[in-house]
Amino acid sequence: MKQAGFIERARRHRSFVCGAALTLLLAAAALLSLVWAPYPPAEIDIPNKLQAPSSTHWLGTDSLGRDIASQLLVGAQNSIVVGVIAVGIGLLAGVALGCLAAARRGWLDELIMRSADFTFAFPALLSAIMLTAIYGPGLVMSIVAIGIFNIPVFARIARGSAAVVWARDFVTAARAAGKGPLAITLDHVLPNIASPLIVQATISFATAILAEAALSYLGLGTQPPQPSWGRMLSEAQSQMFNAPLLAVWPGLAIMLSVLGLNLIGDGLRDLMDPRLSRQR
Amino acid sequence: MGPFLLKRLLTFVATLAVASAVVFAVLELLPGSAAQVILGETATPESVAALETKLGLDQPPLARYGRWVGGLLQGQTANSITYDTPTAELIAERLQVTLPLALLAMGLTVVLALALGLYAASRHNRLGDVGVMAASQLGIAVPNFWFAILLILVFAVKLHWVNASGFPGWREEDGGGLWPGVAALLLPAIALALVQAAILARVTRSAVLDVMREDFVRTARAKGLSRRQALLRHVLRNALIPVLTVAGLQFANLITGTIVVENVFVLPGIGRLVFQAISNRDLIVVRDVVMLLAAIVVVVNLVVDLLYAVVDPRLRRG
Repeated sequence: MKQAGFIERARRHRSFVCGAALTLLLAAAALLSLVWAPYPPAEIDIPNKLQAPSSTHWLGTDSLGRDIASQLLVGAQNSIVVGVIAVGIGLLAGVALGCLAAARRGWLDELIMRSADFTFAFPALLSAIMLTAIYGPGLVMSIVAIGIFNIPVFARIARGSAAVVWARDFVTAARAAGKGPLAITLDHVLPNIASPLIVQATISFATAILAEAALSYLGLGTQPPQPSWGRMLSEAQSQMFNAPLLAVWPGLAIMLSVLGLNLIGDGLRDLMDPRLSRQR
Repeated sequence: MGPFLLKRLLTFVATLAVASAVVFAVLELLPGSAAQVILGETATPESVAALETKLGLDQPPLARYGRWVGGLLQGQTANSITYDTPTAELIAERLQVTLPLALLAMGLTVVLALALGLYAASRHNRLGDVGVMAASQLGIAVPNFWFAILLILVFAVKLHWVNASGFPGWREEDGGGLWPGVAALLLPAIALALVQAAILARVTRSAVLDVMREDFVRTARAKGLSRRQALLRHVLRNALIPVLTVAGLQFANLITGTIVVENVFVLPGIGRLVFQAISNRDLIVVRDVVMLLAAIVVVVNLVVDLLYAVVDPRLRRG
């Protein structure tokens, strides 16, 4: 019943619906590209280079004759993979550390939270620069760098929310009944801190897409022949005078994906905490 | 204020120490042989050994770390492998582009955000508010390097108002000057400021709306102040606390954001320097630039905390 109410409210929430539609579009593009794309995205076709949008090449071709629409479709896979793994790393490690800090308190809490403060000195781009300087550019390095940056973000949220739950009466009752910290964390704390974590996960997903695109634009992220929206922009920049539209499509794809996830995040925040939506 | 200041300064020093240890560990210890990374896989053992001796990599790690940090504190840094110049000199030269760029972008961010945030709050739930919020939602989603490319497309490629890239320098004898320098940084600064202004405008709007509900604002209005007077004299001042915090944190984002935007506009700043250093495997430059950028982030956080305490006395006691 409660779930049905949530779905009903979600359907009436305009920005959530817009965000969900855009995110579904991203997911659909990625899924579709697994089985079909108008052309193989890496197929070079020099005689047909820099074609304008047409019925054969919906969004035109790049300087090597590769089909832009196909590259965009397959590039969506990249964005989703980066987002899921980077957020997964942050979520798993961050929530584990945050819950541990809240459950144990004392010096361990202090150590974990101060370490989280330290990692804030290294935004994703700086971590990525350090890692690529040593191990060379690549998708894995960019995912690791973005994931590491996400850990303190989730650790702080998890610790803050979990500390509140640990002070609640039902946790005291569970402790009195003989439940250990691990069981309390799994049975009581995690279900009660899920809302802010889910909201943060959608926002971090959007940030991960932006960060990966920036790294790929710089040549530090996804490497050829795997298509990536960031690298498409970098290649398009060199053709700006001949084919300005090339620089429009990948940016639009990044913007719409990020916009969709941000709108979902905002919507979920409103839906999971109705007090907030009244304040806005 | 004393204990708060002491605690915050101790945290600041500890954070810098840990950050330097992380940079040192990742760039000098993790790869095994930094000389091998610099010279590449095909380098002979002799040339690797020679470079290790030249860079002092044959010494114990703790001694190397001490020498590096001690040098940084005295402003004496190792020579870049590519340029054979002390990295401090290279960084100082490049900061002449990056710092003005970040400051210009920050100025644009604050002006735009305060104007839009105040406007939206004063038109709460009306068309102007909805329009600003929708525009800011779009602004947050735009990658700054894409916006930079679009700006080049419009203002350099189509309208020919500015050059697409490059920086003429600050000195007139080199063909540059104050105005040509600022003009070259204007589009990059706008590209950097858009996203940050979009975020800050939302924070400003929300902070202003919160303060507008306070009793003292109602009292101010009851005393006869117009809505506009109350907004500027009472509301804005009190709403500045969260705005200041976020703006401070955004400065750190702007500094790292310059890495990408400088590459779009081919500006000879810190971002371009570190990017070229990665391509040339110049780990000495990468190490010192990353340390500098991490230090800027930490310093900005410290300044924000201190300013926050000045504005909100309750924090000094906490």
